[in-house]
Amino acid sequence: MNRQAAFWIIALIALVALPFVHRDPYHLHVLVLILIWSFAYTSWSIMGRFGLVSLGHGGFMGIGAYVTALLWNHLGVSPWIGIPLGMATAGVLALIVAYPCFRFRITGHYFVLVTLALSGIVLQVITATRDYTGGSLGYTPQRAPSGKGLFALQFDDKTTWYLIALAVWVLGLVIWRAIDRSMIRHAMEAISEDEDAAAAAGVNVTAEKLKITLISALMTALAGALYCQYQMFISPDTVSGIAVSLQMVFAAIVGGVYVALGPTVGAVITIVLAEVLRISFGTKAVGWDNLVYGLLLVLFIIFLPKGILGSVIDRIKSPRKPSRGHEQQTVPIARR
Amino acid sequence: MQSFLDIFDIYLLEAVINGILLGGVLALLALGLNLIFGVIDVTWICYAELVMIGMYGMYYLVQVFHLPYWAAAPLVILLVALLGAALHFLVIAPLLTAPPINQLLATGGVLFILQSFATVAFGIDFRNLGIRLPVLALGEMNFSYARLLSFGAALLGMIGVYLFLTRTFTGTAIRAIAQDRQIMPLMGVDPKRIYLVTSAIGGGLAGLAACLLVLQYDVHPFVGLSFGPITFLICVLGGLGNFIGGFIAAFVFAEIISLGGLFSDLEWGYVLAFAFFIVMMFIRPAGLLARRS
Repeated sequence: MNRQAAFWIIALIALVALPFVHRDPYHLHVLVLILIWSFAYTSWSIMGRFGLVSLGHGGFMGIGAYVTALLWNHLGVSPWIGIPLGMATAGVLALIVAYPCFRFRITGHYFVLVTLALSGIVLQVITATRDYTGGSLGYTPQRAPSGKGLFALQFDDKTTWYLIALAVWVLGLVIWRAIDRSMIRHAMEAISEDEDAAAAAGVNVTAEKLKITLISALMTALAGALYCQYQMFISPDTVSGIAVSLQMVFAAIVGGVYVALGPTVGAVITIVLAEVLRISFGTKAVGWDNLVYGLLLVLFIIFLPKGILGSVIDRIKSPRKPSRGHEQQTVPIARR
Repeated sequence: MQSFLDIFDIYLLEAVINGILLGGVLALLALGLNLIFGVIDVTWICYAELVMIGMYGMYYLVQVFHLPYWAAAPLVILLVALLGAALHFLVIAPLLTAPPINQLLATGGVLFILQSFATVAFGIDFRNLGIRLPVLALGEMNFSYARLLSFGAALLGMIGVYLFLTRTFTGTAIRAIAQDRQIMPLMGVDPKRIYLVTSAIGGGLAGLAACLLVLQYDVHPFVGLSFGPITFLICVLGGLGNFIGGFIAAFVFAEIISLGGLFSDLEWGYVLAFAFFIVMMFIRPAGLLARRS
């Protein structure tokens, strides 16, 4: 156990030290994007791993991004206050939609489609209020006067952004771990197996589901706000809507929903793939990255539903599989 | 004031009738999706993208190969029907025993594939058939022939499917398997074949919808996103797999969009429809026609 803790500390130190050793701005930019999206995908997986598949997370992300930017541009509210407000808005919306869903036992297909309607609403509201939000043309937070960068949470320096994104990403993993070790996890696992049995065993099904949904929505809104502050440009297509929701589901599943670092692996794969295609093929690559994503998604769901990292860890942890009988006699690798 | 009310009522009537016409096409889309869900118990998230491919098919057959519209339409219906069967054979069949969420997400992957395939193959330009149908003036109201034609063809398509399901052996088998999928194999019906036929019919309906929608809208790779979500919501509102519920829900939705668009922007019509959907989910979670237990 101590060896594992040591490994984590060394890895973290290496990650923090990275921008001071390797200063290539492009690489740092890609890393920041990977970290922010990893955090978003982790947020989705926190509820997705328990079978609560939501296509509404594009909506939460859009709310986080747009509320923060709108407050800053129209009212001059600092993102330090705007981001919590954006998160709170997303949280309230999540509760409004989720409570009746869970109360009336809307699960499976129906839950997916209700949340799909949610991200549809957010997308259409952003487009419809184009006088304030810029509609589908996108929206840019106003540049802060020099010297007020910290107040406006705007930094030109990539290293600062890298450290912020890293901190938030670590926060996401810490939350994951806390949930993993808490009672919520056991309750949610019971619920995802059989709601009635869980309720009979004394689990407050609605409350537990609401808790996990709220955590997930708050985190997703934070990811949206950070993305907005970093990119300084948001449009309904990049931070909200069904396409973004599906992108989250896709990356999380490719990486693996059931392990903490799975969504991160998914983000690394998707973003690196998109960047490689963009650099090697230029504008001709438009569409190719999604073609590859789509194919991978279908293949993964059919052949490797636990994702890349999940399957690899399974192999390491228990090389014995019932299908390969002759290996049953070999000595299993010691578990951690 | 009096004259204002007169004009207002004319516009209102026009919006109501246009809503009914829109409802016909939406009902056709919902029927295809409902059929798939009712029989195979799978939601094709990529359903609207099949329609998009069909619209491109129409565009190429009519504009590039100069086929007349009436000759191109059956070809496109056949093409999308084959696509639907292929989708079932390649993606759904290996996942039949997997959790329903996995099936839904796999078709989400197909959505990505079809969208980006269209981007890569056809580019992101907006294209249209270049067919301009005249406008029917009825008193002070105007209706486009394209909408009237779509409405009529959609109704015919739905009646055709209804007759097929009630009057033929295969149709009866499809309805039977929708009721009880465990028993039917014992009665000598091969579910694999029925699933494949159902998928082809669902695809064919998407193809028919494509032929009709391409008359009114430009086609581009992301056109599916503009009517796909609404189709799912209609199916859920009507009760997934419930054909009559889906039919009614389509008209309810179309009226909300049409009337909401009359009083404000079209987007607010959609916002209203989505909000209405969420509210209805809480009042009637199992669909419009379901009795609450």
